[in-house]
Amino acid sequence: MIVDGSEGSLKKFLADLAPVDQVGADSRAAMLATRSIKTTSKAWAIDMAISMVDLTTLEGADSPGKVKALCSKAVRPDPTDPTVPMVGAICVYNDMVKIARTELNTLGGKDIAVAAVATAFPSGRASLAVKKLDTQDALNAGANEIDMVIDRGAFLSGRVGEVFEEIKIIKQLCGDKAHLKVILETGELVTYDNVRKASYLAMLAGADFIKTSTGKVTPAATAPVVLVMLEAVRDYFILTGNKIGVKPAGGIRTTKDAIKQLVLVNETAGPEWLNPSLFRIGASALLNDLLMQRIKLRTGHYASANYVTMD
Amino acid sequence: MSGFEYANAPESKAIANIDNSYGLFIGGKFVNPKKGKSFNTINPATEEILSKIGYADRLDVDLAVKSARTAFTKIWSKMPAKERGKYLYRIARIMQERAREFAVVETLDNGKPIRESRDTDIPLAAAHFFYHAGWADKLDYVGLGNKPKPVGVVGQIIPWNFPLLMLAWKIAPALAAGNTVVLKPAETTPLTALLFAQVCQQAGLPDGVVNIITGDGVTGAALVNHPDINKIAFTGSTEVGKAIARSISATKKSATLELGGKAANLVFDDAAIDEAVEGIVNGIFFNQGHVCCAGSRLLLQENIADEVLEKLKKRMSLIRVGDPMDKNTDLGAINSAEQLKRIQEISNTGDAEGANRWSPECKLPSKGFWYPPTIFTGVSQSHRIAREEIFGPVLSVLTFRTPAEGIEKANNTMYGLSAGIWSDKGSKVLWAAKQLKAGVIWSNTFNKFDPASPFGGYKESGWGREGGRHGLAGYLTSDVKASK
Repeated sequence: MIVDGSEGSLKKFLADLAPVDQVGADSRAAMLATRSIKTTSKAWAIDMAISMVDLTTLEGADSPGKVKALCSKAVRPDPTDPTVPMVGAICVYNDMVKIARTELNTLGGKDIAVAAVATAFPSGRASLAVKKLDTQDALNAGANEIDMVIDRGAFLSGRVGEVFEEIKIIKQLCGDKAHLKVILETGELVTYDNVRKASYLAMLAGADFIKTSTGKVTPAATAPVVLVMLEAVRDYFILTGNKIGVKPAGGIRTTKDAIKQLVLVNETAGPEWLNPSLFRIGASALLNDLLMQRIKLRTGHYASANYVTMD
Repeated sequence: MSGFEYANAPESKAIANIDNSYGLFIGGKFVNPKKGKSFNTINPATEEILSKIGYADRLDVDLAVKSARTAFTKIWSKMPAKERGKYLYRIARIMQERAREFAVVETLDNGKPIRESRDTDIPLAAAHFFYHAGWADKLDYVGLGNKPKPVGVVGQIIPWNFPLLMLAWKIAPALAAGNTVVLKPAETTPLTALLFAQVCQQAGLPDGVVNIITGDGVTGAALVNHPDINKIAFTGSTEVGKAIARSISATKKSATLELGGKAANLVFDDAAIDEAVEGIVNGIFFNQGHVCCAGSRLLLQENIADEVLEKLKKRMSLIRVGDPMDKNTDLGAINSAEQLKRIQEISNTGDAEGANRWSPECKLPSKGFWYPPTIFTGVSQSHRIAREEIFGPVLSVLTFRTPAEGIEKANNTMYGLSAGIWSDKGSKVLWAAKQLKAGVIWSNTFNKFDPASPFGGYKESGWGREGGRHGLAGYLTSDVKASK
């Protein structure tokens, strides 16, 4: 046991973590962004990225029709090309979980997970009782993954015990029914030191994945933030032997962005993390750009946007 | 394909128009050497011959100095300062426009990764011209009183590690201050200097203001000893620097010498470890370690040494060694067979004296000159690898127990060019910076350069400064009779 869960033990653990130098982290991320990924490696990266996409719709206007369309896209991203892999998961609000699960099963997408955002997403401003109910509701509907938000207010005012406890409780609810992704909302944590501390807090409390953002706050999944989180999972693995996943979400819209993320993974956590069970990309618009680039690689020219489906 | 292997991403060579042969650039024209001698410059990554280069001997040096003297007295020293500035701006802009061409030629001739020539060497070289262009009509504010005068004709000798950048460090301030120059690039890397000569033509720079003569140490000595030179600016080894100092003693020539280094990179136990590891890698493996201010001595606080070394080794195994023209290459070719031999020789003393060598697994190309990224642990102050400049991708790791011991070890060297401090504590950084005897001190970063920042060393690392107001002052004098 690394920490006993008391506020004191958590504070001590977090205080002992090495600091992050912002200038250095920024420049490392910028250097890795210059990697030039071409031809065969680009083709590999595009398919890997597609299989890592958590295809997401988190709008007030979401309807069963919209979610079903997204499920169809998840199973067959490019209807003209059966060699395109399925995406990693569908990510929706609680009330859409059942619809998504049923639709995916019908379309032959049993292996695609349904992730539900719970715990008063996106702000997390509700009582623990409500957050528990919210999570239970998603689990009852058949969610395979729970994307919870941490209490940023508690974290920023130093009540790390509370943050830890809440994650632990939600993890207990998930049990072995669902994977737990913990959203740090790094845009509200602001400093890289906070990102590192919150990453460890989530991992110590039982997160299966640490996720950058809700997608409702900017900045979201910036390269240096993802770099710091990948360093955290790499070092946590050395410390405990457990591999924790990372999910950047928000702001990754182009194939170039996605490939930069994969380079970050490859040269930080290492090639073992280049796997949908350890790295996901939360996105909606990204998938179509990946498909367009895939067509370009195959045919040698760019297709118009009408050659990929709009969902 | 299994896993994420980066496919080849070579930069195209098509943009580089390298002539089959080059003459000497004297009086605004390319001329053949008087005796018609020449030598080859090769690509150190492939050993292919790139071009045949004119060899300047004493007669050619004399012509070049005469042409610089004429340009100085008749044109450049009389030209209104703001007009001089315009030429420098023009040169800077042309360098930016031709940046890709310069980067490709630099990488072909030097062996450094295209990523570095593209992102560091060429942009910084252009920045030096922009910076000094602005100074040309503001020399009254350098700090030498009203209307300081240029020193006259300057002989400049530059090394092979940053060929174009070192040229810019030398030529930009000299010209801004109103001097004319005769510059000798290194024997193994003359191409970007010759390309720069074409830029001078393109910019319409008056003939003779910049003269570029190619050759070897004998050519350099002829330049140093020429009686009509007012100042020598040299960057290179301490050994040659001392020889220059000896030969200009008892003359009126002044000199700036930028010589060797054996920089300490001090990592304290409160440092940001991941970023420190990046800084260590950048400190010693940037440009194959062919950097006079390279962080070649890593001083780790003992209580974090194991953790840092473990992370460093992991990070080193990610270094991509190979074809310098590949955009993903991190470590390119060693510049010459001679330099490779020197690296091998000094590194081998590390093994012999009992230090422990470690390199990541990496496949080195069969042709060309290569050395793997290497660290030695268990190094003590008395080892040759802790004292002598290796000028290659070889890092010596030492430890210290208290901050005072760290500083003491860092300063225990005949050099004093640069140093690095890694600590998250501002007060400790400032304290350490005060104690370190080095001309450039980086805190929580390494190998960062800026035209506005003076660069130069203590002790055997050299005389004078380059860059910034201090560097410019080295090309000026308040003595009105000086350049007559």
